[in-house]
Amino acid sequence: MSAAPDVLPRPRLALRGITKAWPGILANDRIDLDVLPGEIHAVLGENGAGKSTLMKIIYGIVKPDAGTVQWEGQPVRLASPAEARRLGLGMVFQHFSLFETLSVAENVALALDAAQAGPGLPARIRSVSERYGLALDPSRRVHTMSVGERQRVEIVRCLLQVPRLLILDEPTSVLTPQAIERLFDTLRQLAGEGCSILYISHKLDEIRALCQRATVLRAGRVTGECDPRRETTASLARMMIGGDLPHPRHRAAAAGAAALVVDSLDLRADDPFGTALRSISLTVRAGEVVGIAGVSGNGQAELLAALSGERRLARRDAITICGMPVGHLNAAQRRARGLAYVPEDRLGRGAVPEMSLTENVLLTSRHQGLVSHGLVRAGAARERAARTIASWDVKASGPEAAARSLSGGNLQKFIVGREIGQAPKVLIAAQPTWGVDIGASAQIRQALIDLRDAGAAVLVVSEELDELIEICDRLAVIAQGRLSPARAVGDTDAEEIGLLMAGAAASFDRGTAFVR
Amino acid sequence: MDSFAQLVILTLAAGTPLVFAALGELVVEKSGVLNLGVEGMMLTGAVASFIVTARTHSPWLGVGAGAVAGAALSLVFAVIALTLLANQVATGLALSLFGVGLSAFVGRGYVSVVIDGIKPLSIPGLSDAAIVGRLLFGHNPMVYLSLALFVAVQWFMQRTRAGLVLRAVGESPESAHAIGHRVVALRYAAVLFGGACAGVGGAYLAVAYTPSWSEGMTAGRGWIALALVVFATWKPRRVLAGAYLFGGLTLAQFQAQAAGVAIPSQLLAMLPYVATIVVLAVISRDATTIRLNAPASLGKPFHPD
Repeated sequence: MSAAPDVLPRPRLALRGITKAWPGILANDRIDLDVLPGEIHAVLGENGAGKSTLMKIIYGIVKPDAGTVQWEGQPVRLASPAEARRLGLGMVFQHFSLFETLSVAENVALALDAAQAGPGLPARIRSVSERYGLALDPSRRVHTMSVGERQRVEIVRCLLQVPRLLILDEPTSVLTPQAIERLFDTLRQLAGEGCSILYISHKLDEIRALCQRATVLRAGRVTGECDPRRETTASLARMMIGGDLPHPRHRAAAAGAAALVVDSLDLRADDPFGTALRSISLTVRAGEVVGIAGVSGNGQAELLAALSGERRLARRDAITICGMPVGHLNAAQRRARGLAYVPEDRLGRGAVPEMSLTENVLLTSRHQGLVSHGLVRAGAARERAARTIASWDVKASGPEAAARSLSGGNLQKFIVGREIGQAPKVLIAAQPTWGVDIGASAQIRQALIDLRDAGAAVLVVSEELDELIEICDRLAVIAQGRLSPARAVGDTDAEEIGLLMAGAAASFDRGTAFVR
Repeated sequence: MDSFAQLVILTLAAGTPLVFAALGELVVEKSGVLNLGVEGMMLTGAVASFIVTARTHSPWLGVGAGAVAGAALSLVFAVIALTLLANQVATGLALSLFGVGLSAFVGRGYVSVVIDGIKPLSIPGLSDAAIVGRLLFGHNPMVYLSLALFVAVQWFMQRTRAGLVLRAVGESPESAHAIGHRVVALRYAAVLFGGACAGVGGAYLAVAYTPSWSEGMTAGRGWIALALVVFATWKPRRVLAGAYLFGGLTLAQFQAQAAGVAIPSQLLAMLPYVATIVVLAVISRDATTIRLNAPASLGKPFHPD
């Protein structure tokens, strides 16, 4: 351990040769990683590069097949999250590990040792949340909170244990730009106090703004280590994907007649935890891409259910497609009138997991000559599936492969290809690139733009603001069930949109006032 | 007024097997496990308690044996559903059928045996005093035990850390596992507790309420207990109210039959079951209450990995 004097200080956490294989895939292949005291260290990689597996190994949720973990110079064996916490590790999960029906204080108590979770807990939650500018009311139930507030609960929960290493897994994917800035301030303050931070992300700009060191993963291997502040976004991307970042070409829109019109749509939420829609109006013209930005849980699910026909409306003319009122029609009837839909959840709404790709094509393409007199034309369906696979470069064993056997990105390409293959007049896409790697994302975005250029109306609902700004002609923001007027993308910027997204900001600020 | 006290005492007595079984099942379901084997566990508890009482002449030893027998049967369920990850609905149904058959087989020789069961309290000067004395001190000791169980379950769920962990596991076993709680161990404990409660519920029927043993003597009370938990939206207080509603209707049905009301007895016998479910279904229509109290992971297998 007696190192040369000019070498970096002793790492707080040192991984050597960590290897973990899942059936059919080597998620981590001999990974080495050092995290120093008080440093903000990025782990950078695409979806599927093995970041999440590595973090779960560090936090004791997953056991590695081989390799060693050293903590403060001592070899340790992390068998459970409880053990990791005892050492001083804290983790903020990408998909929050909160219990919706419980209060903030109960959620925090669950993650602490029994001794720490005594009656003084609400007061301690308040003091920690004030110290780091993370306003929280301990008695509120989690299901009433916005996503940003939920993340604060996760962070405060970790901070109460005074961690020496805090792991954050894709923490900004659900936050508004302003909330991201606030999070970064908190993290810098923590690092200044000596806490090490391991920051997992695929967002290059954020890593350049926040982190002092970065370890890059590709296909389960470390492909580089660098100081992200000295790199460009392009050079980081090259390390991450092993090639240049693809950019879609984008011509000015030549918008035509209104193709999809939503007229003051009101809708009560089905789910008691859902959001009611309040007088939503929106027009998407042929030959343009309109985006709807917003933090999830602000009415997107309800709006998409109303648009796709999953929920039928009492008023016929609340929604019109190419001049025809369709509000009262079901999903299949709307599809027959030129609507295509790429839902957010691929396995469940987008495709039937157990069915083959050919059968999945049939489910939404019944009106394109694949069915005659109620009988399936198997050859034609198979041929169409094969064509979609070939033209979208979908990695599948063939048209007979079950949908669930495809990786997320490949299945998404297939679904987008299937929908676009119907030559729709109106295409609605929800989170079209969620969990899809960079290459496939670029391909999907390009396809949406090409469809627009071919004269279709395209509506994209996404939480990825960068994506929306890149592909949309006009952009509206949904917050608390209300939709802002759509503005031309050139006339607005991320900051303004962020403020609209935080239309929930009102409730944020009320929370703050309550705590202080 | 004397008959009023008698009515209350009989109502509580008729509802008590449901209180035991449903409170146990409530704890099981709150941990996210659906054990449909309540009827089988009740019957097994009943026959075990009856046999032990007949052999030892100690009904309380019999109640203990009922708890152990119910828990033992639920352990079979736990191993199959929690460790081997079989479908919980199918496993629970099989457990019920198994319990019905097992109890009938084991209890063959005891059908006409007479035992000295647990008698209602009789404290001179109190239990026979005025109406208040009878209402407070005139019940079977096992009725007091069931009320103590109710208080304990209520307190455990709302006030203890273990109860909080139990609710958390029922809502999201993945999250509970991720922050370091032992999901499977906790579910085992909940299932065993539920089995013991169902066993005691059966034992109450065999050594206190009737006291006798006959094949299938629970008469579907295990299934009613299951319905009760759901329609009570997993709230102990509503479980108690539903159990006594059932008890009261059972009583009313006997009275009507005795009085010779001109309704076929089969229809009258249905009444407590139908009415209990209808009343509970009506009061539990509120979707928000259900969403906030229902264990979200109910019936879904969980494997830590």
